[in-house]
Amino acid sequence: MSGEAVSATTARREQARGSFAGGFSWAMARDLRLAWRHPDEAVLTVAFFALVASLFPLGIGAEPQLLVRIGPGVIWVAALLAAFLALPGLFAADYVDGSLEQMTLSPHPALGWAAGKIAAHWIVSGLPLTLLSPLIGLQYGLAPDTLAIQALSLLVGTPVLSLLGGACAALALGARGGGMLLALLALPLFVPVLIFGAGAAEAQATGLSPAPHLSLLTAGLIAALVGLPWAVGAAVKIAVD
Amino acid sequence: MNWFYFASPATFYGLAGRMAPWFFVTAAILAAWGLYLGLGVAPTDAQQGEVYRVIFIHVPTAWMSMFLYFVMACYCGLTLVFNTRLSAMMARAIAPTGALMTFVALWTGSFWGRPTWGTYWVWDARLTSELVLLFLYFGYMALANAFEDPRRGDRASALLAIIGVVNLPIIYFSVQWWNTLHQGSSVSFKGTSMHVTMLTGMLVMSAAAWMYAIGATLVRVRSVILERERRAQWVRNLPEAA
Amino acid sequence: MPEVLQVRDLACRRGPALLFSGISFEVAGGELLCVRGPNGCGKTTLLRCVTGLTRPDEGTVLWHGEPSQTDPERMRAGTAFSGHLPGLKDDLSADENLEFMLRLRGARSTPEERREALAAVGLEKRRRIPARRLSAGQRRRIGLARLALDPAELWVLDEPLTALDDAGQALFIDLLARHLEGGGLALAATHHRLAPASGVVRELRLA
Repeated sequence: MSGEAVSATTARREQARGSFAGGFSWAMARDLRLAWRHPDEAVLTVAFFALVASLFPLGIGAEPQLLVRIGPGVIWVAALLAAFLALPGLFAADYVDGSLEQMTLSPHPALGWAAGKIAAHWIVSGLPLTLLSPLIGLQYGLAPDTLAIQALSLLVGTPVLSLLGGACAALALGARGGGMLLALLALPLFVPVLIFGAGAAEAQATGLSPAPHLSLLTAGLIAALVGLPWAVGAAVKIAVD
Repeated sequence: MNWFYFASPATFYGLAGRMAPWFFVTAAILAAWGLYLGLGVAPTDAQQGEVYRVIFIHVPTAWMSMFLYFVMACYCGLTLVFNTRLSAMMARAIAPTGALMTFVALWTGSFWGRPTWGTYWVWDARLTSELVLLFLYFGYMALANAFEDPRRGDRASALLAIIGVVNLPIIYFSVQWWNTLHQGSSVSFKGTSMHVTMLTGMLVMSAAAWMYAIGATLVRVRSVILERERRAQWVRNLPEAA
Repeated sequence: MPEVLQVRDLACRRGPALLFSGISFEVAGGELLCVRGPNGCGKTTLLRCVTGLTRPDEGTVLWHGEPSQTDPERMRAGTAFSGHLPGLKDDLSADENLEFMLRLRGARSTPEERREALAAVGLEKRRRIPARRLSAGQRRRIGLARLALDPAELWVLDEPLTALDDAGQALFIDLLARHLEGGGLALAATHHRLAPASGVVRELRLA
């Protein structure tokens, strides 16, 4: 081996270093590129959301007053279910093909790539739902200010769903019971998010201030951002053990 | 005293077996006394009539449902940090009792709600969060048993239990944070709004629930230990294994 | 100076059964340690315990004389693991897979470096098509290209010759020899006899 090659190897060894930003950007870039290659998953999530939200007027009756009253809640429940159905894909493929092992052994801290994966997942599931929600809200005859608060509550609330759901999806990797187990783990934890999220839009629709609900939701988001990426990383470590 | 001596499943198995009957006997005596105070001695409530007597079951089980979750989460923390075997077994043994307490609290609550509020169930913050607690117990038990390798189930469910701890303050403070149908707490450190006999009855019943929970956990942890350690030599040497 | 990798009294149980116990060994720069033994004796688990993927029930792993738990990121930066699962994404090309694998390892690579590495393993013409359209052996070769560019000092290899044809195996042995010559060390679980042209080869038998 030539001296040049040896020094090149040594140089590469010295520059190899892990960082939060390195792990975060790695996971974001890779998962977004994969989602771009296979956009059907994001499209299905959004289609499911629109479909479920359209079923309620058909089942309950389409009187305008009723729709305005149930609109915020129905849209939030539909968004929650759509976000839930997108969860199994978050870690399952990486678990099966061995990527999770490589991530666990990466010099980047687990916090980085866990946060990056959740962020990418939110961009292809939670964000489209948020953007589409005013359109669904129009079908329910919601007022413009309610539509805005609805979208705002989804913007703050769906990342919490992605974080909580991501932790549950990682915990359920390789478990018996699959989707049903994931529902039992994740949906109870989603309940507070649903209450405050739908509560904000409902308060706006009935002429009250949505501020208390939105501040509680934001507090929840901050707490989730601080604690849950760590929990996701820990859950992945347990899963590959 | 060497705590690590009893942290070994083999020694704890025997200790739990010797202690469990005492807790059950104490629980029975306390429950008999508490029910006598609650159903016989305590006066009829001026506003709620005889219905209020359900609190002698309802309040102790509701307290225990939260307290047991907290204890379970503490054992789960030990499991994750120190990788100890007995703590995971204790957490698994507590969960069914915790779920039972949660269920009884919800059930007695709805029987009290029917004559008082005119409905078995309202979607108020405390009831909803207590229902979520029941599902957290179910989720914990389902996840703990969902893996081939029980150690994997221990660690995954431990992490879930710790995430679920955020629900406890929500339940506890729900009557203060929101204007709910569920009445505020009648007992506080500053003094109570209750008759002395009512309070005594309730505290005695709480002690009974406590003793029962410890006894049930000890009995259950024995069977968890037996199942997990079935290949170990000490289990084969047990007289009951013959 | 202590050996780069020291393993002391490692023990691991799977379920109620003890898989292995009291495993101790040391590997220095330029050395290859082959772990041998019949199927199911715990070779894979031993490798996973050394990397830190699996928590051993007893024992310690020392990396440059320090317990691996005190600075796990330092040991992970110096360790490349190649297990049964390739960690490849079917929808990404060989080149993209290689790029992301190296970024995950904390290493930057230029397109030119990657092209050369892929050419060296015979994938130059196929480096832009999705990995799903490559054969099992070709997919293993992406792993070889990754090892060639990976900055790791220690290679932990689980059955590295699986699915490789004769030419592929020769490529791997050549890579391994260069790695050992450059002061690297390797730990491999394999049923084959590995005889790289340089470096010291030792064996560890698991019963």
